[in-house]
Amino acid sequence: MSALLSVQELQVAFRMGRVAGQVQRLPAVRGVSFDIAAERSVALVGESGSGKSVTAMAIVNLLPDNAERQGRILWQGQDLLQAGRARWRALRGRDIACVFQDPMSSLNPVLSVGLQICEPLRAHLGLGARQARARAEELLAEVGLPEPRRRLDAYPHQLSGGQQQRVMIAMALACEPKLLIADEPTTALDVTVQRQILELLAALKARHRMSLLFISHDLGLVGEIADEVVVMREGQVRERGTAAQVFQSPRDAYTRALLACRPTLQGAPPARLPVVDGPAARHALAESARAASKDPQAPVILEVRALAKSFWLRQGWFGRREFKAVQGVGFRLRRGHTLGVVGESGSGKTTMGLTLLRLLEPTRGEVLFEGRDLLRLGDRERQTLRRRLQIVFQNPFASLNPRFTIGQTLLEPMAIHGIGADRHDRERRARALLQRVGLDDDLLGKYPHEFSGGQRQRLAIARCLALQPEVLVLDEAVSALDVSVQAQVLNLLRDLQDELGLAYVFISHDLAVVRFMADEVLVMQDGQVVEQAPAGQILAAPAQDYTRRLLAAVPRGYAAAPALPRLGT
Amino acid sequence: MSPVPVAAAQRVAHSVRSEGVWSAAWRRLRSDRVGMASLGVVAAFLLLIAAAALGWVGRDWQREVGVPSAPPGFVGARSAEGPGAIVQPQGPNADLSDVDPLAPRYKEWDERAARFREIEIHKLQTLPLGGDRLGRDVLAKAVKGSEVSVFVGLMAALVATAIGTLLGALSGFFGGRIGDALEWLYSVFTSIPGILLIFAFAAVFGRGIGTVVLILGLTGWTGVYRLLRAEFLKHAVRDYVRAAQAIGASAASRMFRHILPNVSHVILVQLSILTVGFIKAEVILSYLGLGVAVDQVSWGTMLAEAQSELLLGHWWQLATAALFMAVFVTAFSLMTDALRDALDPKLRGLE
Repeated sequence: MSALLSVQELQVAFRMGRVAGQVQRLPAVRGVSFDIAAERSVALVGESGSGKSVTAMAIVNLLPDNAERQGRILWQGQDLLQAGRARWRALRGRDIACVFQDPMSSLNPVLSVGLQICEPLRAHLGLGARQARARAEELLAEVGLPEPRRRLDAYPHQLSGGQQQRVMIAMALACEPKLLIADEPTTALDVTVQRQILELLAALKARHRMSLLFISHDLGLVGEIADEVVVMREGQVRERGTAAQVFQSPRDAYTRALLACRPTLQGAPPARLPVVDGPAARHALAESARAASKDPQAPVILEVRALAKSFWLRQGWFGRREFKAVQGVGFRLRRGHTLGVVGESGSGKTTMGLTLLRLLEPTRGEVLFEGRDLLRLGDRERQTLRRRLQIVFQNPFASLNPRFTIGQTLLEPMAIHGIGADRHDRERRARALLQRVGLDDDLLGKYPHEFSGGQRQRLAIARCLALQPEVLVLDEAVSALDVSVQAQVLNLLRDLQDELGLAYVFISHDLAVVRFMADEVLVMQDGQVVEQAPAGQILAAPAQDYTRRLLAAVPRGYAAAPALPRLGT
Repeated sequence: MSPVPVAAAQRVAHSVRSEGVWSAAWRRLRSDRVGMASLGVVAAFLLLIAAAALGWVGRDWQREVGVPSAPPGFVGARSAEGPGAIVQPQGPNADLSDVDPLAPRYKEWDERAARFREIEIHKLQTLPLGGDRLGRDVLAKAVKGSEVSVFVGLMAALVATAIGTLLGALSGFFGGRIGDALEWLYSVFTSIPGILLIFAFAAVFGRGIGTVVLILGLTGWTGVYRLLRAEFLKHAVRDYVRAAQAIGASAASRMFRHILPNVSHVILVQLSILTVGFIKAEVILSYLGLGVAVDQVSWGTMLAEAQSELLLGHWWQLATAALFMAVFVTAFSLMTDALRDALDPKLRGLE
């Protein structure tokens, strides 16, 4: 079968302004080659900065103006790099269609869905208004939107994230493209919705005999949908082969590490996660299973009873409506233990975390810290207890003050709470903290923007540790990180827990990560606790239907993926 | 403390202190040719103003050094009035001494007058950029006027920005009742026509530099308030502010230690935009007679005087004041643009 699309030695670099008269170039893709045969699905896998999205955008010529492309991109034998504007207009949308990561920002918010689907139909196929509308309705029905006729007149904000992504897919399908490029199409979606979209893509690919170029950072996801896998790192292809080959007998060390460093739902949870090219990878296996299992009779440090938080929404002129973000949440957390909190977006898990620290004022309930109710304390007592209960946020790029040096960031909490004798002593402590979280101790004069995501999250953890806390609320603390970095940070968190006896409230949407970290799991839905049980039990034998659905939706990688049709293999 | 496994890639090159936001902005500004040129012009003006404030130049702007309405040097002196302008009488002079009642005293007066020394005051026929209707040097006036106008503009902008920043920070950060109250205040101020408000203040406070600064500051804070409120609303819920709250930082510390440096570029740009606006506003106020006191000079009073001079064809005072103002305001605006480009984090990376 000859290749539909053949990418040969593609190089992409971005011009980054001039320094001393010399144009500075930042290479993003350095010599990438792969083929996509007709009716096959190829996955580009890599972590952030690997150049996978840049490669895909280079194929459809949607890169920003400062990009320079070299190499050859052959579409049915024709070099697309030499194609003119008219050729591109005819090609994009008609033969090659794209679906992007964030459906909310990909759809025009002021135009109805129907209008947006009709646009490619009228532009490329020359359909009349009525024909186009009829076809748009068919398309919406095909991507599984209920009541397609009514949905045609809906605006994007009236649809949920999953429905929006379905609309995007309908638009991409409009002209029966030969190749569909899906750039992280499910990353912004909840895990159950992700499962539906994935199934839809696989079914559509088979029905329309399309090729699919699927871009993702998630190997588990890729294993379920791809025939061939291209693993990228730092702009280069590390490994290329059929899914079976890459997943079952990976040749490249990076691919192997990437496959190993992600926590899974199968097998016994390891003591530590293997890490991509870190020294930890070597002695991880040598280490025995987790140091003596935790003391089930450890004192309860945090107890929450019937915690509730409502937001008031204005309705009409005078009316207001109560929105119950969290209702009746209760749990007990023992010293040195981890409570995992799982739920989809909108389940109230983050609101619950913020309420624990009184970053949001709870509406009702009690938060007992060593038996004292945090919510009824005066300001001064609260300030002392506040030191012992800290939080790490999801986005390490937003949680550090960009105008503070690392030194200022770490010294501030100590100065507020009078930890350390003087400035000199505090600086010494700050250096020790940096070493503790695995960073160099001479970074005090640097600014956050000079660090990578993983390093910043370590800094955020160091800032919490500066106060010598006893309970850490980890609000999706590893969700924004790459898989390999995520493994390092998870290992760090475990080490800290073992050494300092920290208790964690570990909030995450990722069941596999929660399984690795947590002793007990709380499943939340619509602000309420659906199920609460020890981690092993909840994953092995979920009692509630919702929990079962969540578990079933988690991508399981290549090994356990007979669910999807694998045509063309 | 036990050793922690550290990935090799995590090691960052050693350095003591790295480039901050401001030095990065300065580096970007330096590569902007227009920005640097305008910065040079503004700096030159500021030097001139400093010199005027210290009395090195333009101190005796009130001396009448030239003939009334002396033309500029490059135009040339006005030709003396020709002898034909007044009709010379024909024939001998008539002797009026017998009918003149004062005739007997002329001699006495001459003797008395001889006791005083008479000096001819030498007035210049031309001045470098001309003179006004009293013969004062327009160049000296313009230099001294720069001092007053720019001082008024800068101080008023500082006052307005300070008020706007403080109220905007309070309103955006706390919201709720405080926010509502400040929003009402803002609505009241913006619903009154600006010039009317200025007149009202001017009528109450009287004339003078301090008054003009106060008037412009009290009426001009609304724009800064609106922008800063939006910025504080946005930043107050950012994670880094939440994190500061979690470590126990007080509200004031979060507002002014954490958020303020992160919105300082907005304040700086507003400050320079307001400065330009207030220089022009001062000119208008002075032109309307509500500006600086009569014994002071500003670009506005110069323009006001020029109105009557123009009828006689004496254009130089108008031209000089307009030139000074145009050069300064243009340079200041361009500098503001360059500053915004250098400081705006949204444009970062798109150089």
